Amino acid sequence: MTYAKITTSALALMAVSATAAAARDNVQVAGSSTVLPYASIVAELFGENTDFPTPVVESGGSSAGLKRFCEGVGENTIDVANASRAIREKEIKACAENGVTDIIEVRIGYDGIVFASQQSGPDFTAFEPSDIFNAIGATVLKDGALVENPHNNWAEFNADLPDAEIAMFIPGTKHGTREVFEDKVLLKGCEDTGAMKAMMDGGMSEDDAEDACLDVRQDGKSVDIDGDYTETLARIDANTNGIGVFGLAFYENNTDKLKVATMGGIAPSTETIASGEYPVSRPLFFYVKKAHIGVIPGLKEYTQFFVADEIAGPGGPLANYGLVADPELAETQAAIEAEEIMGGGS
Amino acid sequence: MTDATLNGDGGRPNGSLTTQDDRTKARNRAETRFKAYGLAAILVGIFFLVVLAVSIIRSGSPAFTRTVVDVEFTLSQSEFEAAEEELFKTKAYQSLFISTLKGQLDERGVEVAFDEAAIERLLGKVGGTIREFYTANPDKLGEPVQFELPASSRVDGYFNGRVTRESIQDSRFLMKADLDLVDVLHDAGIMKSSFNWTFITGADAGVDNPGGAGIGASVVGSFFMMLVVLVLSLPIGVAASIYLEEFAPQNRFTDLIEVNISNLAAVPSIVFGILGLAVFIQFMHLPQSAPLVGGLVLTLMTLPTIIISTRASLKAVPPSIRDAALGVGASRMQAVFHHVLPLAMPGILTGTIIGLAQALGETAPLLLIGMVGFVARGYPEGIAAGFTDPNSAMPAQIYTWAARADAGFYEKAWGGIIILLAFLLTMNIIAIILRRRFERRW
Repeated sequence: MTYAKITTSALALMAVSATAAAARDNVQVAGSSTVLPYASIVAELFGENTDFPTPVVESGGSSAGLKRFCEGVGENTIDVANASRAIREKEIKACAENGVTDIIEVRIGYDGIVFASQQSGPDFTAFEPSDIFNAIGATVLKDGALVENPHNNWAEFNADLPDAEIAMFIPGTKHGTREVFEDKVLLKGCEDTGAMKAMMDGGMSEDDAEDACLDVRQDGKSVDIDGDYTETLARIDANTNGIGVFGLAFYENNTDKLKVATMGGIAPSTETIASGEYPVSRPLFFYVKKAHIGVIPGLKEYTQFFVADEIAGPGGPLANYGLVADPELAETQAAIEAEEIMGGGS
Repeated sequence: MTDATLNGDGGRPNGSLTTQDDRTKARNRAETRFKAYGLAAILVGIFFLVVLAVSIIRSGSPAFTRTVVDVEFTLSQSEFEAAEEELFKTKAYQSLFISTLKGQLDERGVEVAFDEAAIERLLGKVGGTIREFYTANPDKLGEPVQFELPASSRVDGYFNGRVTRESIQDSRFLMKADLDLVDVLHDAGIMKSSFNWTFITGADAGVDNPGGAGIGASVVGSFFMMLVVLVLSLPIGVAASIYLEEFAPQNRFTDLIEVNISNLAAVPSIVFGILGLAVFIQFMHLPQSAPLVGGLVLTLMTLPTIIISTRASLKAVPPSIRDAALGVGASRMQAVFHHVLPLAMPGILTGTIIGLAQALGETAPLLLIGMVGFVARGYPEGIAAGFTDPNSAMPAQIYTWAARADAGFYEKAWGGIIILLAFLLTMNIIAIILRRRFERRW
């Protein structure tokens, strides 16, 4: 009898909690681990400064976040996807298939991508995108011919670089950072070194040549890091010659362990990134389901709070942490006010 | 042996019993060697345990203290109302606090040059605490209140040796000159170390606020999860084992079930997380990031462990007990519930507690149901909210902290490990005590 009672009460308890759960009162966010720090700062402040509960922000990478975002509309799906790159055509299509048609895109600012090495290691002061491509591209141009990457040492192709073994730790493919790294560094380096032209002369179409440019050598000189920047930091800590790819904010928090490399002679900082002098930067976004506005309490308020001048503007807590403020923030605020969806309309 | 019989006089080949022959010596040497290997293995084990314990305690202990500024602060009604008008209210409180502190330092005639920006760099995020205090105690407006508020994580690091003047050379979060001001404040008794209660009782904080982060809320999350696991897996597990052990016929079907249970026990926990996401969240529409779902997922993971240990302890009860009960006319159910189950209980409880301890330390399945990340909610209001409100769990919280850029959070992660280990140790000790007190041998 007692067993029956216990089971019944357990079932009753579960039923009660399940009905209590029907109305979600907090904003649910997931996505890029680059945006996560900023989103968590905003989420904490949003909880402290408003009467809404603190939003829940999960990590997992831009692609994973957008995939969950596109799973459908409803309380058991996330409201906001953070992304360190713009949403892709393919993803918009996947969203539409699941009924997520009205998406509001919000650009929160810019993030610099920096190359940094161990504090006590050699100085890498003269990087150009071409150096990175020469170091880790799968196929590079050497003595006028396309060959499988033969380089073991930075000094082999650029006398200004230290005589150190190549060991790069780059973001894995599930990170949005990888795409920017490919676009702004690998592809640029491929063009600059003439490898891309050589590939196209060799009979490749432009698209194929671009894909080939983005191939990274697989012999262990370049390692994909699928985890967070802390994993990259641990790898750099253990390798004197290691060079890792970090976000600017992460580097600035760890200046005691990391030494930053310049790109094109410019050292990364919020100023050089805002002015565009430092070449490797990218916009950060989040995407909001319009269908959830008005259903999930606080969603629009969270979005507005995030891009308010006091928060995302210069001198605000996000800029303080390392985000490069967006000069066009006012337009973003107006777009959110009008709930403008992607592809025009409202 | 053969040597002895071949030897004609029937005595030992080398005469005396007290002197050992070569073979005996070799065997004794082998035994000594084996003992040495065994001892060496234990010593290696102890060595690693000590290294682990020392490094955990050394890295984790800074999390339990924090540097605070101890300042008397007065907020007037009009200042309160003005701050509440702002969008970024906590910033307004922060600025008011900074100007108060600056005023007090000016009064003291501090010799080091400083400005408000320098004070801001020394302080952690204090606005939230101040706002929370005054919205809860509006009657304190206009009266002087003594506040102990956290300093920034780098000032904290300066006092526990993580930060030196050299290491902040390139940092823009704390300047070298600021440390002179820190020294002055410390000498004046305004800045001091104190026990970090926030770490024990608080909830997670934003990445720029290590001083405000605590593990308390996630302990509560873990507690509600364990409650779900206990309430579901103990009755289900025990019922399944009793049926399989005492009532089920031996046939292909029960064999298949047995094999499956053993296999389930070896399934990686992340698989249960995927299952939980698909079944509980996407199909049953239970809330995301909720301890209820976490508990359900961990129940699936714990069930095989409990079933296996329960069956083992049921098997360990001698058949004579069952026979005696059946012999005096008890039904099979009476024999099981009146005699076998009470005798097997210590073993069942031990297995359950060890299963719970294993579930308590699990992060992987929680990744997929949204309990890993920034889940800073504070304490749930009421029991039902405890199950359904978003919350984190201890191991998930530790994992989140370890991934953050600020080194202050790294200390917090180690501190969290100490607390998690304390819980695991307590659970294991309870299991040992239960076994010692109630175990019977036949």
